[in-house]
Amino acid sequence: MSAPDMQMITETLVAKAEVRNLDFYYGDYRALKGISMPVYEHQVTALIGPSGCGKSTFLRCFNRMHDLYPGNRYDGQIVLQPDNADLLARDVDPIEVRMRIGMVFQKPNPFPKSIFENVAYGLRVRGETSRRRIEEKVEQALQDAALFEEVKSRLQEPAYNLSGGQQQRLCIARALATDPELLLFDEPTSALDPIATASIEELIHDLKTRVTILIVTHNMQQAARVSDFTAYMYLGEMIEYGVTDELFIKPKKKQTEDYITGRFG
Amino acid sequence: MGISEHASKQYDLDLDSIRSRVLQMGGLVESQIRRALDALGSADRAAIDDVIAGDARVNAMEVALDEDCSQVIVKRQPAANDLRMIFAIAKTVTDLERMGDEAQKIARMAKSIHERGTMHAAPLVEVRHASEHALSMLRRALDAFARLDTTTAEEVIRDDTRLDAEFRSVLRQLITYMMEDPRTISTALEVIWIAKAVERIGDHAKNMAEYVIYIVKGTDVRHTGNISPTE
Repeated sequence: MSAPDMQMITETLVAKAEVRNLDFYYGDYRALKGISMPVYEHQVTALIGPSGCGKSTFLRCFNRMHDLYPGNRYDGQIVLQPDNADLLARDVDPIEVRMRIGMVFQKPNPFPKSIFENVAYGLRVRGETSRRRIEEKVEQALQDAALFEEVKSRLQEPAYNLSGGQQQRLCIARALATDPELLLFDEPTSALDPIATASIEELIHDLKTRVTILIVTHNMQQAARVSDFTAYMYLGEMIEYGVTDELFIKPKKKQTEDYITGRFG
Repeated sequence: MGISEHASKQYDLDLDSIRSRVLQMGGLVESQIRRALDALGSADRAAIDDVIAGDARVNAMEVALDEDCSQVIVKRQPAANDLRMIFAIAKTVTDLERMGDEAQKIARMAKSIHERGTMHAAPLVEVRHASEHALSMLRRALDAFARLDTTTAEEVIRDDTRLDAEFRSVLRQLITYMMEDPRTISTALEVIWIAKAVERIGDHAKNMAEYVIYIVKGTDVRHTGNISPTE
């Protein structure tokens, strides 16, 4: 029943990214309103909130996904450490941002290529030509995504032959192959069954040691299980940000409490 | 708390039903204790046997409520204030069941004293005072639970210290009593057991009051000696 102390917990942590007063506009529509929060290194931070609250919009700011559509506008900063680089700065190339920040989507989206080529793709794009190095990296990424044992004998088969859970782990391996510093997950298990979900959650837990993770999830138990920090968003605002162990037992804001107890609506 | 409703009406109904049955169980336990204490004075054998047999009902309610709490946990995965409520109820029910056991113990002692025919010599006055005190603690703990009233809960917690002092005073008196006349030792020992049962009832009421504070404030005041933690 004891409450963890935010200050005590964060004392030893380093911020991998700092969001500073972030606004985001879809044309004239202000979808994010003045969001500020840290994303701690080697920790899992979960974004929760009802549909339309802006959590996916927020997540997509981290790898400049919104740049793909004209009329979208960022205001504020997302500063990535250790080099203090503002990901949203106009002179920063979104491609470079995406080199450092990987993303895994709701539905597994492997390329129509072999298992091997799916993982090798990002390396090739980055100009890696050494066959040996690519093979090493692919194996390592598949190992890290806890998929290697299951696919090692059929690396040349089409990725579509894999089950949904395996495809999602393949997408994680693909994201890991290029050594991202921050990994974004947008509802990574909502299309998966409970067993596949558990294996992805286990993986997220294991990946923490090497990468910082930001995850959007509709499943509050999942946020409670996998994350160290949780942010509750509503109507584009960050309502509450805190230590997960505390937020789900003793949230500070009534709005948060209503949402996580199912009193919302 | 409790102002807004869940999106699921059935969830609200389930929680309401559990909460009202905790109060029902509390009422039953209170009546068990009351009747056990009354039987001490009245020597009503039927009433004594009734209390002893009545504990089975208390036990059955504990089992049923535990089962219902498990069902809510598995079906709803309660969080925040709901989680604290369910958690506190599961613990409250345990304390109530133990109070029921204490009531049964008192009834057994009453039976034994009556059978020995030494009721007239039993030094019960002090115990009676302490037992009224313990019953009032239980009643107020239940009120605090029903209304989620932390002020009353804090009073109950403070009151337990007084009840403990009363128990020690009963003990001193009974020791004097036994030293003066060793023939009263058997009866005096039974009265000590009764006093101890009363003192335990107070402890359980205090626990229940602590859970109320946990439900409302989310702070755990057990074993801290600090019943009004700052938010």
